[in-house]
Amino acid sequence: MIALFLRDLRLAIRAGGGFGLGLGFFLIVVVLVPLGVGPEGRTLSLIAPGILWVAALLACLLSLDRIFALDHEDGSLDLLATAPIPLEGVVTMKALAHWVTTGLPLTLASPVLALLMNLPGPGYPWLMLSLALGTPALSVIGTFGAALTVGLKRGGLLLSLLVLPLYVPTLIFGAELVKRGAAGQAVATPFLLLAGITAGAAALLPFASAAALRVNLR
Amino acid sequence: MSIWKYANPKQFMQTSAWALRWLVPLTAVLMVLGLVWGFFFTPPELRQGSTVKIIFLHVPSAMIGINAWLMMLVASLIWFIRRHHVSALAARAAAPIGATMTLIALITGAIWGEPMWGTWWAWDPRLTSFLILFLFYLGYMALWAAIEEPDTAADLTSVLCLVGSVFALLSRYAVNFWNQGLHQGPSLTVAQKQHVADAYWYPLMICIAGFIAFFVTLVLLRTRTEIRARRLQALLARERMG
Repeated sequence: MIALFLRDLRLAIRAGGGFGLGLGFFLIVVVLVPLGVGPEGRTLSLIAPGILWVAALLACLLSLDRIFALDHEDGSLDLLATAPIPLEGVVTMKALAHWVTTGLPLTLASPVLALLMNLPGPGYPWLMLSLALGTPALSVIGTFGAALTVGLKRGGLLLSLLVLPLYVPTLIFGAELVKRGAAGQAVATPFLLLAGITAGAAALLPFASAAALRVNLR
Repeated sequence: MSIWKYANPKQFMQTSAWALRWLVPLTAVLMVLGLVWGFFFTPPELRQGSTVKIIFLHVPSAMIGINAWLMMLVASLIWFIRRHHVSALAARAAAPIGATMTLIALITGAIWGEPMWGTWWAWDPRLTSFLILFLFYLGYMALWAAIEEPDTAADLTSVLCLVGSVFALLSRYAVNFWNQGLHQGPSLTVAQKQHVADAYWYPLMICIAGFIAFFVTLVLLRTRTEIRARRLQALLARERMG
């Protein structure tokens, strides 16, 4: 399982594409918003939590179809399915590799972009914390969507239609956590609920993803 | 004798043909009676005036919008566990009806909201969760349409339906997190006594019964169509072989 994780990491970094692309997309979206909304600081700091979270979510979405597509094309997914490790483990490792190459860089880059969005000072630690806590859920849910659409020719658009509604609770609690943190309010409830979603999704969704993969590989 | 005998498509076709003979006139009578009574023979309400009459479309369609998803969930579970094709086809048949009902509830709600709340739309928890439910319906139908192999499509959509149910429920409670919005609490509950005056209560109940009969009729009709389409495909395939 660790070998698979390292292999996916190496592929993502060396084969180009996914790794820098998501980060660049995150940057572009966050830069575009002030250009559209106008440069006024107060407005920007008001919408900063939501925009940063929506941008992170879209950046995450961008690289989802690569999770299984390449392995499906060259047949290594069939080999993985017949390998001695359970398919649920494969799916979990794929989601983890996706998080390390998308969610983690997004989390680390977010303070710089928050600066552009004029996020109030106390919000910074909560922004990083909420992204660190919430993006694993995005990766796990996204892996489920990718597993559903792996056999399809033009799955990209369908994938976003399927996955985005599933992202709703994560987005609400993540943005709420940043908003409350930035305003200096109590953050315990959205914090715990966000952690709960991530833990629940990571524990249960790999089974659904593996079931979907088995159907697609039949 | 058990309920599973209807999993046999032939048995299902016979029984549903018999049921439809009664359901179609029943639906027509209930809906005409309920809607005509509701629209023309109820007094205008004290503060809301005659806008209150939109309740006769809004409440039943919203109920069907939610319960259609529940029905799809049960049908998906039956397909997943016992692999009866009729069940998968019934789930597929119910999805567009549920989506339409959800849309009707949203639109009538907007039309009702404009004179009452002064706005067509607000990001109120109930309104938002209904919009999200509509998006779930869209995704579900898109997945059915995208996959050609029927058994694969049935399997994948039922997995999506199970996962989607959990997340739809989560979203419902997540949006509650914002302040309680404009929409009132439930007026119709099983546990409590009624909150609605008698003059509206009776036509509303008839409308709800009419919408339920309408939903069942449409699901049966569409499931029959799906079964016939499947048979036609099988016939065509056999012809090509021989």
